[in-house]
Formats: sequence, structure tokens, C-alpha cells
Amino acid sequence: MNFIHAYYFSLFAVVALLFIPYLGVRAGLEAFFGIIIPYLAFIAFLGGVINQILKWARTPVPYRVPTTCGQNKTLPWVKRTIRDKFENPESMLYVIGRMFMEIVFFRSLFRNMRMELRPWQKYPEGGKLIYWSNKWLWIGALAFHYSFLIILLRHLRLFMETSPSFVNLIESVDGFFILSTPTTYVSGIILLISAIYLLLRRMLDIKLRYISLASDYFPLFLILGIGITGILMRYFYRVDMVAVKELTLGLATFHPTIPDGIGAIFYIHLFLVSVLFAYFPFSKLMHMPGVFFSVTRNMAGNNRWVRHVNPWEYTPILFSYMEQEDLYRKQMKKAGIPLEKDIDLEE
Amino acid sequence: MASVPKPVELIQIESKPPDQPWMDNKAEFKAGAYCNAALPKWLEILDYPYPRRWSVTDDDWNLPENWKEIFLKAFEDRLNRFRSFRLFMDICVRCGACADKCHYFIGGGDPKNMPVLRAELLRSIYRRYFTTSGKLFGKLAGARDLTEDVLKELFYYLYQCSECRRCSVFCPYGIDMAEMTILGRELLSSVGINIEWIMASVGSCYTTGSHIGAPPHAFKDTVDFFCDECEEITGIRPHPDFNRKGAEILFVAPSGDYFADPGTYTFMGYLLLFEYLGLDSTLSGYAAEGGNFGYFGSHEMGKRLNYKIYSEARRLGVKWILGGECGHMWRVINQYMDTWNGPADFLEEPVSPITGTKFENAQTTKMVHICEFTADLIKNGKLKLDKSRNDHIIPTFHDSCNPARAFGFFEEPRYIIHNVCNNFYEMPEDTIREKTFCCGSGSGLNADENLELRMRGGLPRANAVRYVHEKYGVNHLSCICAVDRAVFPPLLEYWVPEVDVIGIHEMVANALIFPEESERKTDLRLRPLKGFESEDTDED
Ligand code: SF4
Ligand code: SF4
Repeated sequence: MNFIHAYYFSLFAVVALLFIPYLGVRAGLEAFFGIIIPYLAFIAFLGGVINQILKWARTPVPYRVPTTCGQNKTLPWVKRTIRDKFENPESMLYVIGRMFMEIVFFRSLFRNMRMELRPWQKYPEGGKLIYWSNKWLWIGALAFHYSFLIILLRHLRLFMETSPSFVNLIESVDGFFILSTPTTYVSGIILLISAIYLLLRRMLDIKLRYISLASDYFPLFLILGIGITGILMRYFYRVDMVAVKELTLGLATFHPTIPDGIGAIFYIHLFLVSVLFAYFPFSKLMHMPGVFFSVTRNMAGNNRWVRHVNPWEYTPILFSYMEQEDLYRKQMKKAGIPLEKDIDLEE
Repeated sequence: MASVPKPVELIQIESKPPDQPWMDNKAEFKAGAYCNAALPKWLEILDYPYPRRWSVTDDDWNLPENWKEIFLKAFEDRLNRFRSFRLFMDICVRCGACADKCHYFIGGGDPKNMPVLRAELLRSIYRRYFTTSGKLFGKLAGARDLTEDVLKELFYYLYQCSECRRCSVFCPYGIDMAEMTILGRELLSSVGINIEWIMASVGSCYTTGSHIGAPPHAFKDTVDFFCDECEEITGIRPHPDFNRKGAEILFVAPSGDYFADPGTYTFMGYLLLFEYLGLDSTLSGYAAEGGNFGYFGSHEMGKRLNYKIYSEARRLGVKWILGGECGHMWRVINQYMDTWNGPADFLEEPVSPITGTKFENAQTTKMVHICEFTADLIKNGKLKLDKSRNDHIIPTFHDSCNPARAFGFFEEPRYIIHNVCNNFYEMPEDTIREKTFCCGSGSGLNADENLELRMRGGLPRANAVRYVHEKYGVNHLSCICAVDRAVFPPLLEYWVPEVDVIGIHEMVANALIFPEESERKTDLRLRPLKGFESEDTDED
């Protein structure tokens, strides 16, 4: 499977997914696509995620192995900056700080840089390595994840009778930047742009293209599909939002109904979202819950003063001091090294 | 020794990945880029499975009949025992942030040396045999069958990773290839695939006491010789002793430091310092090796070797343990020692007998790094130092991977350097501290036959040394790691021949003023001090 295969396979898979609900709705299967599929997807999502998290949580952590990116706590006068304290945390409090930085600000990705080998005639070997600060991936990832999160939160209003005030707040901020009717949300635009950036990066950088699998393209196409259908639905086809809310609220309150007159585009959107949910637990998207379990980040660098116990530690075959002395007793005696079982060299 | 192309040729690095997808490419064993297969005798000594003669370039590796089954069982076992392993198999998004962070990729350009792809080699097997999607969708889901070719490829690339953890610093999820490499090598060991350099070192450590195979009496001989040298140069004779019960402190150094130059000068530095202080310490011929060559390829073997330190401390009845300048030794002491072989409740919380400082940070391991110990001495004004005696040395400092990323030990060595010499220059920021570059020969890869890989892997480090050499006239690369002191000389000889390698305690001993010393005209290497150059020129 090469790049072209992985790429087209994923693209076609997502295009094929568009047709399924379209044909389904034409065949009058609204209830199937509007009720059964979303429920199934949600069950698969919940079940899958919980199952995977339990798998991780049940696997023991035999050793405390944080990746230390700052000075360890040693003698009190040894210089430690606030950065050191977070990046080589001495206690749970700082571990939480470190995790917060990772999860909220993508701290490690912020370190990213690009290496370049330049011809450099001043050096006898003729080359010089240069490291560029490279924040594009960090910016792209932040834009992608945060716009996704905001969109997700905005959608909460569809599942509640009256939307909570923070949702309203998010909406008004999100809609603040572009004046139009209906309100244009920047988050949607940012999501599309950042997803396209992530996709292009994968396709154009030869290293990334080489490592990418179908399972890297597929979620990107899927999310692009969701974003595009969402935008089409909202701004172009102008689906009946009251009817949509009736359906979604019905799902949330376990009184599912299928109101009349919602366009096929909505069912396509909903189907793609369902696929994303069902696919989530079995894919790399699990990095989201996974990052919380990352032992190189979520443990304190306090090994030398707080003992870590490994639940499955066992005693392997060992080589004792006496075995060594038995091997070399005579020579040790000659060299004047004290022995446990003394001997007389004369004998 | 494999012949290595010249630096100007080696630096022409081709980094365009091949056209075929990586899953279909077989590993091609390039001379100079792999280590030889382990001899059966070591495996027998150590009780490892499937000792036999085989060679990496053979078509038939003489694997056990049911190797696949054994390998997969070992795989499953590790998945169930290490959360790190299971998680790292599941959550990589192939964002590529780690890709150009590995020194082997930077210096060699082989795409399978991108940490992400190195890990994918293992993941492809994981998906195929341990995930539903991989079982169902095969290659589409990034899964592939475990074949002999895949196994060989794993061997090739798991032994082109020095377990330096640099990738893990940059990964947004902290995915650590080093962890996977150790475990992956365990899997290879389970079907009898090991490399000679590691197994010979481990086998020697296990019975004789040190990786160089020096039994206790030979160890003593060597140290006596160092005492002669010290006396000749400084007029002071150190008085170390061996296996002495009732000493206050057990001192454990990496055996590299009493094996070859320039590590030996560091060892002389330790001896002179202890003599200066009149420290009540002893050496042991049983716990004669701080460096742990076992954990490079197996947690269990790491534990078996590490066991000796606590066990000897208990036998001798010391109060606490002092450890020498060594990288992988300190990774083990920090990350594993207490968990493996503790609790060390028979020892006391370390207190410096000279300054009275309590090392509360070493409360449970009861083991103190000699750089902490010395930094504390300097801080408390207990050492009389003449910095100018190091004026012929313009050092930079190499953060060794292990103390850097598996401990976080940055400041103490720098503090000492600032106090024992006048001219110190840091390498560029992106190449030091947690972003430091590996020497290129870590984790047991410093076999002679592996020289080209080592020179390639060491390029980023050497190139940064070149930078400070050109800019500030740096002429010494200082470090706190015995592997560094063994592998940097050939690396720098190749890339930056103007620069020497030096341990911190060698510089300490150069600067240390003894009350009754003879006039110092040379350093420990018998090189003239600044101001005494002329007296020596006649002899040269
Ligand atoms: S940085 Fe981490 S998530 Fe990204 S490719 Fe490397 S290992 Fe995978
Ligand atoms: S641990 Fe070091 S050598 Fe191994 S893949 Fe990561 S960066 Fe490369």
C-alpha cells in the first residue's frame, strides 16, 4: 500500500459514505439514519472508549519513567527555574501543571523545530546543521483542535432544551468576527483551513507521506466531510433548524422522532458524524484520552526520594558475592583484598 | 574495523525516502551499520534462551522452530506488563514531530530511523496480531504479518536506536522510542537474537565484576597503577581500599573509567579528591561496575546487574553509596534501582561527612552522584581550587542523554565547571540540556564493526562541537559519562580532531590544591599547564 493507494482509498471511502445516507433517505429510511445509526454509533463510541481506557488503566506501570526536560530537584541551592519545576515535576502538583501545559497548550509540540543540513565550506567536513524554530505544526494543531472543540460545544445547544450560558457565550464570541445573517462562525472556517493544512502537509512533505497510512488520511477526510456538509447545511441549503433540533433533542431525551422536511444534507452530516464516533475508539483518535495516560509525562521525577513499587516485580537468577569470591579467592587473597572465607595461601 | 568514508563524503546525506512503501522494503544490512551476533558462550553464562552460532548476514538465522509463537507470546506479555508499551502502540498520530529529532536519521537519512517509523515496525506487528482492525483490514490498517524479513528488519533498526529519548521530548504525547527499543530488544532476545558487544559486556559484568572483564584483583592492580601516576604528577598518593567492611561510603564507578584514556584521568580525579578529603570510602571488586549494560536490552538483566550494588553495600555495612560520572548508570539509579532492588532500608540517608549536608533528594535510593557531592563541597568552601590550572582547557559541556532526559541533571556539573576553570562555552541551545544530542554510540552500539553508524549518529553532536570550536576555540568536550569518554575520542577524531574529551573530576583534580603538593607544571595527562609550555618543548 503506497501513498497513492492510502490517499485514494481514504478519499473514496469518505465519498462512498456520503452516498449511503443520501440513498437511504431517498428510500425513506430516515428513521434508520436519524435514530438507529446515531444511537449505535454512540454506543460503539462509549463502549469502545471505555474499553480501551480500561485496558490502559489495567496495565500496570512498572517503573517511574518521566522524560525529564528540566533540572531535577536536588540540593536546595541548585538553580531551578519555574520551567524546570514543570518539566521535571517534583510532586503531583507540578505533574498536574505539566499535563495542563501539554493538553491545553500542546507544550511539547511547541518545542518543534526543523533540522537543515547546509553546505558550509568554512568547516572542513563541508556541512553545518541548523535548527529552525518551526511552530507551524503547533499553530495548525492548536487551530484544528480548538475549532473542533468550539464546534462541538456549540452543538450542545441541539441537545438541550435551553442552552447553558457558556454555550451562548461561545456562540456569540465565535460569531463576532464575521458580520452576516445567518451568523457566520469563524470556528467552522478555521477547522476547514487547518484540516486542509494538516492534509496538505501529509501529502506534500515527503517524509510524512512516507509514514502516512490510510488511517491517517481517513479521519482527515471524514472531518473535512463533516465540516463541509455542516457549512452547506447551514449557509447554503438552509435546513430547517427547528426541525433539526426536534430530532436531536429527541435523541438526547430518548424520545426519538423524525420530523418532516429536514433535507438529505442533514442526514449525510449526521451519518458522517456517526461514523466518526464509531470509528474513534478503534483509531489513532484515541490519542485524546491516551495522552492522559502517558507515563513519560504524567509521573513525577521524584524517584530518588519516593519509592516506586512495581506490582509484578520478581526475583530473577542472581550472582552473589560469594559466588564471585569462590571464583577468585586465591587471587584476591594474594592481592590483599579481604575475604569472607579466609584461606591460607601456603596450603 | 569497517572502513568509513571520509567526513566530506559521509555528510552528503541522501534523505529522500524510496518509492516503495516502507512495509514492502526489506532491510538491507549495510556493513558498518550493524553489530555482530552474540556468541553462545555469553548466553550460556547468563541463562539466555537459544545460544547458538549465527551471523547477521546469513540468510538463515537459525531461529528456533516456533520462533513466531515465542515472539508473539513475549509481545503479548510485554503489552500486559508495561502500560507505556501498550499506550505507545495505540496513540501515535504520525504527526512527524519526532521524525527529524533522531540523530541517526539526521546523520544517515534512512527513513526507518525516524523514531515514528522505527516504532511503526513494532506497531505493524501489534496491529496485525493484537487489534481487531488490524486483523480485519490488514495493510489498510497498517498491519503486517510477522515474517523472518520483518524480524530482521526489527533487529536492524532496534539496534540503530541508542535509547536516547530525544524523540520523546518532542512528541506531543511523550511517546518514547527508547522504552519501546528496550522492550523490542527483549522480544528479540526471546528468540535468541542478541548482539555480541552487549552480551559480552553483560556476561563479563555478571561474573567478573566489570564489563571489561577485570576480576577484583585486576581491578586493584589497575587502581594501584593510577595511584602511582597520581603520586608522580602531584606528589600525593591516594590510599583507596577494596571490599573494606565498615567503611562509611561505598564508591561505585563505571568500569570505563578504569579501562582506557581519557576515562582513567577521571578515575584519578576521584582518587585525588577522596584523598584530599580523607573520605572514609571503599571500592568493591564485586560491585565494580556502575554502568549497567543489562538494561540496554532487558529490564530483567538490568536488575540482575544492578542487584550487586545494594547487595554489596549491605554486606560491607556501609552507610550510603556514592556513584561516579556515568550516564546509563544514573538512568538506572534514578529510574529503576529502588524499584528493582530496594528498599535500601539497611542504609542511612546520605550525609556528606565533610559538609554535613543531608542529601534529602536521595532519601530512598541512598545513592549520591559524585557531581552533587562535589558541588556541595565547593558551595561550602571545602575545596581549595586554582582555576588557572585548567587555563589550557577551553571546555564545552555535553549533556549525556541519560542524565539529561532520564534524570534531569544539568546544573551540578556546570556549577563545578564554572568553579574549576575559567573558560567555558555552551553549545547552541537546541543541542544541549533536554535537547542534547546523543554521542551516537549509546545503548551498546559502540561496537567497532558498527563504526559508520556511530559516526553518522554522532554528527549532530560533533557538528555543534565544531561550532563552538570555530567560534570560541573550544578544545575540550567535557562530560559526565563513561561511554562518552570511550566513544567521543573516535567520533571527534573523525569530525573535529582538534577537540579532546575530558571528565569533570579530571578538571577538579587539576585545580585542587593539596597542602603538601609538589609544584604542578602539568595536568593529569602530563600536558604542560599554561605558563609552563616552554619547559616541555625540548622533550617534545
Ligand atoms: S511525535 Fe509522537 S505522535 Fe508524532 S509521529 Fe512521533 S511518536 Fe507519533
Ligand atoms: S530514542 Fe533516540 S535513537 Fe532512539 S529513536 Fe528516539 S531519538 Fe532516535
